[in-house]
Amino acid sequence: MLRVIANRLLVAVPTLILVSMLIFGLQKLLPGDPVLAMAGEEQDAQMIATLRAKYHLDEPVPVQYALWVRDVAHGNLGVSLRTDVPVASLIAQKLPVTIQLAVMAMVFALGIGIPAGIVSAAHRGSALDYGANVVALSGMSIPNFWLGIMLIFLVSVRWHLLPSSGYVPPTDDFWLSIKTMLMPAFVLGAALGAQLMRHTRSAMLSVLRADYIRTARAKGLLRGAVIVRHAFRNALVPIVTVLALLFGELLGGAVLTEQVFTIPGFGKLVVDAVFNRDYAVVQGVVLVTALSFLIVNLAADVLYILLNPRLRRS
Amino acid sequence: MATPSTSPAPLAPAPSPRADAEAPPRRRRRGLVRFMRNRAAVAGAVIVLIVIAAAILAPWLSPYDPVQASFLTVRQAPSAAHWFGTDELGRDVLTRLLCGARASLLAGVVSVGIAVALGVPLGLAAGYFGGLVDGVVSRIADALLSIPFLILAIALAAFLGPSLTNAMAAIGISAMPRFVRLTRGQAISVKAEDYVEGARAIGLGHYLIIVRYVLPNVLPPIIVQASLTVAMAIIAEASLSFLGLGQLPPAPSWGSMLNTAKDFVSQAPWMSIFPGIAIFVAVLGFNLLGDGLRDALDPRES
Repeated sequence: MLRVIANRLLVAVPTLILVSMLIFGLQKLLPGDPVLAMAGEEQDAQMIATLRAKYHLDEPVPVQYALWVRDVAHGNLGVSLRTDVPVASLIAQKLPVTIQLAVMAMVFALGIGIPAGIVSAAHRGSALDYGANVVALSGMSIPNFWLGIMLIFLVSVRWHLLPSSGYVPPTDDFWLSIKTMLMPAFVLGAALGAQLMRHTRSAMLSVLRADYIRTARAKGLLRGAVIVRHAFRNALVPIVTVLALLFGELLGGAVLTEQVFTIPGFGKLVVDAVFNRDYAVVQGVVLVTALSFLIVNLAADVLYILLNPRLRRS
Repeated sequence: MATPSTSPAPLAPAPSPRADAEAPPRRRRRGLVRFMRNRAAVAGAVIVLIVIAAAILAPWLSPYDPVQASFLTVRQAPSAAHWFGTDELGRDVLTRLLCGARASLLAGVVSVGIAVALGVPLGLAAGYFGGLVDGVVSRIADALLSIPFLILAIALAAFLGPSLTNAMAAIGISAMPRFVRLTRGQAISVKAEDYVEGARAIGLGHYLIIVRYVLPNVLPPIIVQASLTVAMAIIAEASLSFLGLGQLPPAPSWGSMLNTAKDFVSQAPWMSIFPGIAIFVAVLGFNLLGDGLRDALDPRES
């Protein structure tokens, strides 16, 4: 088993190298010369040369890449061109906000998607199954930023139930923090819950067809017990893989959700950076996102092996 | 992944006339019958057709100008003259929605076109030739896949600069690895089929074998994936335009309409309600169509 896990880790290495090249290459897409822009109006040759040397832009591209990787490996993601703050500390500062949003969204997604998928599969073809499928497909088709705008309109503007925007750290006021994050988390979690429901349903359906389910029923076990203890435990294996893939969607969706609810997180950071042409920040955010997505998927691979007894023994 | 079909005849209408002629009409009709029996799928197809019609006929369907501001009719509620109300510059929301359908559909179709045009040949090459080609192509696809779709699209759009064209390119490149993976997996299983072996035995070149025997047989799942990806691309374009990275004002797009509308949500909620419904309906149409095509073309998965 350890060898399988080590193998997965090894395969991730070239992927990681390629991702880093890709992200490094992004800045080469930029039109114009960043140094000329930085040097300002005067275009002083001496200053341009100093700037070029400072940012190693006078070196060949592979050397620039190697220097960049060395910096990144040391946790140095560069400095925000706008605020002069190191990108790494900007990200570290915004990350907890987005993690809170993501965790709460996941609670919604899991709490809605998995039970709905199980019930839907257990009552295949019924009105309940049909209704759950309609809701899930609608949830997948609604753009989450629009759902956010509509909820702000109804829940905050009309009914005055929840705050429409902003962020309160849980260390300041725990309940207010949860309350402020409730609506954004629901908006972000809804689409994920919809997809999770569909995946849970199809995983459950394929497991429910298996012989050991018929055996369990034949020996007189209760239907509920069979569904939860026998079927769901086996359906869990593919669901874990799906969850890891949905993590990527969670990060992408967070960008829009934070924009709609003006939450000062990771996603707001990247959007603001895009508009301030603060490319070092954009690069840093994409790098951290890709890295965490890779780690989550590696973890899912390992979990997949641990959950699957057949793979565990080999 | 799906197991290879045992017959060289694709269930879907194949693009090359040769493969088309080989397919017994009865089998193709069975897919069509299965599709037509699926009410949700037909509903999806109808929705998609309506959206296409709206996009094409937009200039003739409405008497108003989608771009010209009219300060006498600023932020009017829905009425007989303006069914969906007017926006902050007095423009008719319905007219802008109809014109916005062009941007959304174009973005959906063009970006998926880019993804298919790049992804399918790479996937075919990786799956068919294997070895080093497969290694290189698969690692690149893995690398692109390890950046979440929307984040990659935002980063590309940011570095390319905001415009509808760049948004389409960014979405297309971000969606490309999905097609590489899918096509590669399908090509590997089709490659092992007797008819491909036979084609090789009679001395056909790789190019001919791929185009004539492998491609038609990997096509059905690609069509399904394409339809579902159009739905995703429409949301992605709306998302980029909503963030200000796609269609630039004053030209209408559903996402950019929502971007301005969100600031007026308490005074003029109709400005937000209708563009969102438009996105929802169009995306739902492509999702229903994709689900229906999957059930019709690949009955094993249902």
